Amino acid sequence: MKVHEYQARQLLADAGVPVPPGAVIESVEDAASTYKQVTRDAGTDLAVIKAQVHAGGRGKAGFVKLVRNPEDATEAARFMLSNKMVSPQTGPEGLEVKHLLVAAGVDIEKEFYLAITTDRATRRNVLIASSEGGVEIEEVAEKNPDAIMKVPLHPLVGLEAHQARTVAFRLGLKGKQVNQAVKVMLALSKVFIDKDCTIAEINPLVLTPPSKDHPDGQVLAIDAKFNFDDNATFRHKDIQAMFDPTEENPAELRAQRFGLSYIALDGNIGCLVNGAGLAMSTMDIIKHHGGEPANFLDVGGGASEEAVTEAFRIILSDNSVKGILVNIFGGIMRCDIIAQGIINAAKELGFKIPLVVRLEGSNVDAGRKLLEDAASDLPTLQAATDLTDAAKKVVAAVG
Amino acid sequence: MAILVDADTKVICQGITGSFGALHTKGCFDYGTNMVGGVTPGKGGQKDANGLPIFDTVEQAVKATGAEATMIFVPPPFAADAIMEAAHAGIRLICCITEGVPVQDMVRARRLLDEINTECAKGAEIVLVGPNCPGVITPGPKTGEGDGKSKYTGAGCKIGIMPGYIHTHVSEAKTGKAVGIVSRSGTLTYEAVWQTSSRGLGQSTCVGIGGDPVRGLNHIETIKLFQEDPATDGILMIGEIGGSDEEEAAAYIKEHVTKPVAAFIAGQTAPPGKRMGHAGAIISGGEGSADDKIKALKAAGVEVAMSPADMGEAMVKAMGM
Repeated sequence: MKVHEYQARQLLADAGVPVPPGAVIESVEDAASTYKQVTRDAGTDLAVIKAQVHAGGRGKAGFVKLVRNPEDATEAARFMLSNKMVSPQTGPEGLEVKHLLVAAGVDIEKEFYLAITTDRATRRNVLIASSEGGVEIEEVAEKNPDAIMKVPLHPLVGLEAHQARTVAFRLGLKGKQVNQAVKVMLALSKVFIDKDCTIAEINPLVLTPPSKDHPDGQVLAIDAKFNFDDNATFRHKDIQAMFDPTEENPAELRAQRFGLSYIALDGNIGCLVNGAGLAMSTMDIIKHHGGEPANFLDVGGGASEEAVTEAFRIILSDNSVKGILVNIFGGIMRCDIIAQGIINAAKELGFKIPLVVRLEGSNVDAGRKLLEDAASDLPTLQAATDLTDAAKKVVAAVG
Repeated sequence: MAILVDADTKVICQGITGSFGALHTKGCFDYGTNMVGGVTPGKGGQKDANGLPIFDTVEQAVKATGAEATMIFVPPPFAADAIMEAAHAGIRLICCITEGVPVQDMVRARRLLDEINTECAKGAEIVLVGPNCPGVITPGPKTGEGDGKSKYTGAGCKIGIMPGYIHTHVSEAKTGKAVGIVSRSGTLTYEAVWQTSSRGLGQSTCVGIGGDPVRGLNHIETIKLFQEDPATDGILMIGEIGGSDEEEAAAYIKEHVTKPVAAFIAGQTAPPGKRMGHAGAIISGGEGSADDKIKALKAAGVEVAMSPADMGEAMVKAMGM
């Protein structure tokens, strides 16, 4: 589960990480007053207005703007709240923006990257730090891998202060900056573990130039990205409350409610499969035979007839779908339940587009018999004998 | 011979009174697995539908039945604790079927297991399979006398949710050869079993290692067991996008494996950044794409099936048959 930048920022602030003053607005009218308030609190005239969407590429799309007066703040807010944001991560249709973060601008001496994630190879959480902040870490990893530090966290202890201190010195921090950075890293580690994150990233973490109040400069978190383990949100009511359904694909959300795992893709062949690996492979074999899958859909192990029917509703709600491939290898999932779900869907929705069904495994004979007996409800049905046969038939059927 | 389990392995089910636990305990029992009991805290002293004794704790179950292996069906919030309970009670093979265990729970559980395994005598290490996996099966012949209730001879051992009947014991395989199968996916494993069975191959043991990012056995450890097992003539590895397990396995195979190996990688068409059902099946940060894995496996001399329909064929080809 993803959260917005302003929510991630709040989690950091609650954990004791200093962030510049800021507030969230939802209307153009609030822009000027919020600008005045956050700049007054920070003792500056510079503020940044940032669209709150989960997709990246905001800066290049014009949805992050620096402003120095209330009029420009209002103008920036009007632009962002009345236009859809289009970036390489949003798709051509773009995203509507509902929330803006208005944060005080800060002078920047140096930028850093800081993140914690779980490293699968070592089965440990790992702190990643780099002196090259403010850019994509993947880019740094490719061009200058030596600039990235990786520090494994003990699974039962978490990040230790001495580890954080070593990282701070290696980042080139000095004097009071070191302990400020250590505090940030320890807080990030605590939030990561306490809240079951899959990634907790501060990018950039900045060092401000020396000032009267902070002769060694100040270490501040400017932007943050947090993702949470979907399997663990049950024990974090506060994180659940941050969920923003408007950021999710509506069909994917609908599928979740029925225990289905659905991801929309660009092709025209709808897929209904049991098991994630087989569902991915079904997409692969469609492509292998020259077709394009319209979705990934795993009905899971314990799906009911209703869930199967709902799966068809979701697949058919995508207008680009010109044919459907059902591929079931029954284990826990019984073929007769799938067959009955298909028949119910046919009775309710009516299949006008080609339907290719391949059943194997538990109760396969009962499943096939059900489909044969319901032939009149399934005029477009073709039975397939194996995976290749199924893929060839559905690819041929959609032309 | 096979790996991890055989007909003599005594098995319990943790979560035996839950709906999935009860269903699959019966499935394993009917297959002829040597099921000796189950655990549900608070229901100790009762019996399940198959007449198996139920215990409050794994410790009691082990003491009373001599159980060596467990199949875990307890709900995700309690699954990691169930794994640790089994480990502390002296169970040597832990199959955690439960899907949806929080990653941080597994990070801690793995560490505790590793601690136990470093301190124990060599050869007595605990093996964890899963979570989020179909389990482990060493097939037995289908055509024996059986126990009167099933068509199986009771010579095999099925721990998990896979359909038993698609598997073939080497004695009933046309080619007289058996392969070991290791996979991150459930139903795709059934597909692979089906394809190898259809081509006249038996299976020595099939291990579903699961689709989670932090888990027990990985590809390499399982492949090592197959390489050392005299009953395994070839190895079929089924991987998927995400992580770097398959790349590491490729390097291991090149260095250490003399048996024929075939492989398939699911997710060649998966878009980056999207979690494909399994928590672990995601291409992120430029890592874990199917292309990289396939390239690494081919370079290691592995016969890679490009279509999921050709997994059996690739295995046959790798074995030079």
